[in-house]
Order: sequence, then structure tokens, then C-alpha cells
Amino acid sequence: MKAEAIALPRLPARLWPWAAIALGLLLLILVPGIVGTYQTQLLTYGLVMAIAALGFNLLLGYTGLLSFGHSAYFGVGAYTVAFLLQYFGIRSMELYILLGVPVAALVSAILGYVCVRHTRIFFGILTLALSQVLWSLALKFFWVTGGSDGLRVSRPTLLAGTLEFTGSGSFQRFIFSYYYYVLAVFVIAAAVMWVIVHSPFGKALQAIRDNETRARFVGLRVRRFRWAAFLLSGTFTGLAGILWVPLNGLTTPDILYWPFSGEIVFLTLLGGFRNFTGPIVGGIVFTYIKTYAVATTEYWQLLLGAVLVILVLALPTGIVGGLAQLAKRLRAT
Amino acid sequence: MSLLQTVELRKRFGATRACEGLNFSVERGEFLSLVGSNGAGKTTLVNLITAHVRPDSGRILFEDRDITGFSVTARIKAGIARSFQIVNLFDAMSVFDNIALSVFVRDGKTAKIAALADADIDVRRETRELLAEFGLAAKSDLPAGELAQGERKLLDVAVAYALRPKLLLLDEPTSGVSSAEKAQIMDTVSAVVRAGAVTAVVIEHDMDVVFRYSDRILMMHEGAFLADGPPEAIRANEAVTSILLGLPPV
Repeated sequence: MKAEAIALPRLPARLWPWAAIALGLLLLILVPGIVGTYQTQLLTYGLVMAIAALGFNLLLGYTGLLSFGHSAYFGVGAYTVAFLLQYFGIRSMELYILLGVPVAALVSAILGYVCVRHTRIFFGILTLALSQVLWSLALKFFWVTGGSDGLRVSRPTLLAGTLEFTGSGSFQRFIFSYYYYVLAVFVIAAAVMWVIVHSPFGKALQAIRDNETRARFVGLRVRRFRWAAFLLSGTFTGLAGILWVPLNGLTTPDILYWPFSGEIVFLTLLGGFRNFTGPIVGGIVFTYIKTYAVATTEYWQLLLGAVLVILVLALPTGIVGGLAQLAKRLRAT
Repeated sequence: MSLLQTVELRKRFGATRACEGLNFSVERGEFLSLVGSNGAGKTTLVNLITAHVRPDSGRILFEDRDITGFSVTARIKAGIARSFQIVNLFDAMSVFDNIALSVFVRDGKTAKIAALADADIDVRRETRELLAEFGLAAKSDLPAGELAQGERKLLDVAVAYALRPKLLLLDEPTSGVSSAEKAQIMDTVSAVVRAGAVTAVVIEHDMDVVFRYSDRILMMHEGAFLADGPPEAIRANEAVTSILLGLPPV
């Protein structure tokens, strides 16, 4: 008997990305029901880092500016939450976001104004130097910031105080609720960033990235656009810092220090900075690699270094770029 | 009233005199060619008019307005656009987006951050029309970096033309392409420019191209004008031919 082939519904090519997004989102919604608390917590960290990387990549991938100082904006977000709790007794996550995002935007606007006066290595060094200034301020003003001990941040209330996390089993409840909270913010942030990079403004940034001289000669005010990109980039990374600190329960100057900026660069390269989804994948994968590397060996930094070398040599377009090339090759054969 | 006028425009690079007190005017609607050997000061003159470099002295008047102190952006707003000798494109962006960007800038839409570029029907329609005019419609979705040299030169002109300038300055639009392609490029550029009633100043080395397409030819030599006139007058000018062909004057 002749076996009949099962006819899969054929999807128009333009619908494939949407189908992939829907599938990815469905998986992200279902994951906490399948895995335990610890894995859910890890994935939350991954989503937070994905938001940071989306912001970072607006500068690197879309504007062509490599910042080595994005720890500053992540740290500003995290410390703003810690200050709001410590000095104003605020415990609402919504207020953390509503008040923390403008603070991150303001700091990004001020530091960005200085940094975008230069490009290439000079830009990178300026971003690094300014982030180090914030790091040293966090260390030196210990009576405000807690110095190297940092500041503790207890579990906030979610959804205007309707969800509180005290008593027995509160940790598990918090992790699962907070996961969905972060997932919702991540989806909104990713959608907003997608619109930004596909807007006329986003096209102007890409033009500046490709050819600054020509961009000037079609009438773009290059420095102003770079500044706006910096501001948005820092604000997104600041939002990630705001979401990170209740999960971590503590903020220390370590997240303002340059190695953390390096991690943001690393995870963006890992996912691939030449496409929109690369930083998202990089943020999540990096969180897992780092966590398991730290748990496996005390030489975890060596392991991460090896991953970076392999990445640069074998997969310069990152995980997503590599997969896209593979898919292209498979389609061609 | 001339569209553009320069008054005693002067620019030196060290001891090199790139522009030596140039007085010249461009009339509305004309197709003017700037010719001269390498180092004659042609590109410097275009750079001065477009604010790519600043003059040591002298004035530039556009529609009787002194624009000498204007920035690059202000001059583009006034109606001056240019292309480049070495192709200057947004290589990772599609051919469509290269042109669409000029349309967005011209219409003051680049600050739009909360709307998708592809959803702007007016810009899409105009970009498609421009692609068709320049014969690039079939390459619309390709990254600009993947075009052949002749197509890149055309796109370079199209990006400047999409700004709908009053004065279009083209720095060697046919350099680096074969003779067959040169005619094709110049046919397209000349047709588009004349149909759009745009005034064009073109730097060109190929005298066949210059004589065929120009209304007027300006010959530069060592930072100064040596000859100015319609193609037939320039063709008959012995000083011009001797310099361009490297022959001693008869």
C-alpha cells in the first residue's frame, strides 16, 4: 500500500516570522508550568538581560556605536529602585518603573550628550570612563549607597499592590508571578524597540551607521540622532536594571563596574547584533552559560573567554546570524 | 537672477591654490559641466558650495541669499544636494530604503519614532516612482552594497535627487564604469534631471559625455576658470583642448 504523505499547511513566507514569534511566546508562557522555581528564576534573569541587550543593540547594531559603559544605565535603574525603597519606603513595582525609567533616561541623556561628541574608540572609552565614575561614586558615598555591601531590596508588590509576597511559600509565588510580570514588560519593550528600529527614525540611525558622511549630506543631523539613540538605549538598559534588582534582592557596585558592561557586549555578540532577535537570544543563552559555568568551575571566566574566542572565530554573526545562514543554505540545496 | 553665484571664492590647502577668487554663476534649468584636469579645483568648488569645506574668503549666493555661513543641513533645506565621486551609499540598507530615507528627510519625517516606515504610503509611492525613473525597480530589495558599480553610481545620484533639490551637484557620476555604461547612466541622469526641471552641475572627465549632454561647459585649471561657454565654443577653444589633451597650444 502506498503511504500517503501528510500534507502540512503551507505558510506564506512573510508569515513565518510571526509564526516563530507566536511559538516562542507560547513556549515562554508555558515554561514555568513545566520547569521548577529555579529554572523559572533563571529564565527571568535571561529576559531581563534580553531587555538590556535590546537597548544596547540600538546603539551597536543600529547606530554603529560600541558602548563599553552600559553597566552605568543598568546600575542607575537598579540603584533608583533601592533608593526608592530605602529612603522613601516605596514598595510598588509599578512606581519603581514609573520613577526609575525617567531617572535612567535623564542620566543617559546627560552622559550621552558627552559621549556622542565622538565616535569609534573615543566613544567607547568615554562611555567606559563615565560608567567608572558612577561605579566609584557608588563605592565612595557608602553612607547613601551602602558602599561595597550595596543595598538590599525586598520583594515589591505587583499590580498596584494586589499581589504581595509574604509568609510561607512566598518565594515560589513571587518567582512565578514575577516571571510573568517580567515577560509582559519584555514583550512590550521588544514590541516598542521593533517599532523604533523600523520607524523612519530607526532608518535614519541605520543610515548613520552605514555612512555618516552621506547621512549628513542627505540632511540628517547626525549628532542629534546619535544622542537620541543613546538616550533610548540607556533607558531600555535602565529598565532592565529596575526589573533585575527585586529578583536579585540586592544591588552592589558590581553592576556599575566595567566587567558588567563587558557582559552586555558579550551577550549581544553571542546572540548576534546584526539582527533584531540576536540580543534576545544572547541575553537568555548567556544567563544559562554563565550560571552553569560558575556552578561547574571556579575558572568560569576562562570558560566564558573560550566561548568568546570560539564565537568570534566560528560564529561572527552570533547564534541567530549563524542559524539564519544555515537556514539559507538548507533552502538553497 | 542666477540660481547660484559665487563672489571671489577662495580656498587654499597649504601652498595649493584650489580656488582662486572664483566668480561664477549657475542659471536656472541649465545642465552645466565642470571640466579640467585632476587637481584643477572642481571637487573643491563643489565641496565649497555644499559646505563640505569652508572657504578662506568670498561669498556664495543662492537665490540671491548669502548662504556662506549656512551648515550642510541648511544648504540642503535651501535646495542644494550632491552626489560623490567615490560612491557614498548606505550599503547594508536596501536600495529602496536608500532612496526612501531622502524622501523622509525632505518631508521632515525622520523624527517619527512611533510609526513604521513601511506604512507611509506617500513615501512608498514616491520611492517606487524614483526607482522606476532611475531604472532600479528590479533591484529594490537588494542591499545597496550588492549592486554593480554602474547601478551604485545611479543610486548615488538618485539618493541626492530624491531630496528634490533646486541645484544638483554631481561629482563624476560616471567614474569607474565602462564606456557603454557611461552613456546609459548619463542618458538616465540627464532625462530625470531635465524632466524634473532641476539645475545640474556635473563634474566629468569624459569629453564625449560632456559635449553630448551639457548646455554650458566651464573649464577649470589651477583653481581658476579658463573657459566658459556652450559645447561648440569650448570644442573650438584651443587652450582647452591643449590642457585636456596635454598638447602644446598651436
